[in-house]
Amino acid sequence: MTLREIKEILKAEIICGEEHLDIEIEFAGGSDLMSDVLAFGKPGLLLLTGLSNAQSVRTANIIDAKAIIYVRAKKPDKMGIALAKEKEIPLLSTHHMMYTACALLFNQGLPGVRSSSNQK
Amino acid sequence: MKKSDEHVLSQQFEIKGGDFSNAGKTSTSIKEILQEIGIDTSIIIRAAIAAYEAEMNVVMYAQRATFTLNITPEKLCFKVEDEGQGIDNLDMAMQEGFSTATDEMREMGFGAGMGLPNIKRNADRFKIFSTPGKGTSLDLTFFLNQDE
Repeated sequence: MTLREIKEILKAEIICGEEHLDIEIEFAGGSDLMSDVLAFGKPGLLLLTGLSNAQSVRTANIIDAKAIIYVRAKKPDKMGIALAKEKEIPLLSTHHMMYTACALLFNQGLPGVRSSSNQK
Repeated sequence: MKKSDEHVLSQQFEIKGGDFSNAGKTSTSIKEILQEIGIDTSIIIRAAIAAYEAEMNVVMYAQRATFTLNITPEKLCFKVEDEGQGIDNLDMAMQEGFSTATDEMREMGFGAGMGLPNIKRNADRFKIFSTPGKGTSLDLTFFLNQDE
């Protein structure tokens, strides 16, 4: 599904990257722990997180994630937004909590990331 | 020196301990260098993850470190040498979930005892040396030829 569809499902607000709303998202994963994201994440990931500092954007950039959805109406700091703009990573924010946001997307057919990622 | 040992690129980065606002900048730069060189994407991701976790370990636990990047036609090598508290028990530090992190570190999304295991999982060769009270040195190798 497209990021635009995801935005509608989650009633999310765009923080930056409106020009990228038509990108295709094939899978997602949610965590507030960036080491977990580095362990399970893989290129193309839609990251759902409640961690709103710049490390969320740095982590997304490191693993080539396609976009970030901040849950619980969180928003990243200025440094995170600046980095996201530079790296062209769209950022959105939804009022839903992590569990609900993930469930809404999963129920609409967006699968989770496969657990065997990042293996040599 | 064998031709295969000649470095095609060597670069050093200084990382400052405790500098949480800039944490991750070095590994982001390294990823950009690897992309410019045209290294295989799957290797770049593994190397970038290892570099990022190593950088976060320096920011969280050391005073400073030198991160040396060496690239030859055959391999990519990271050497991260820090001055810091070192690691008292390496066997414990290599276990997932073991951590001595503070709340500030956890607020950054790290410090859950995943760093060193994540680095080891992503590198083709992993060596760690640590002297408690002095510092830690990491040697990581990523083979650019997937057959190795």
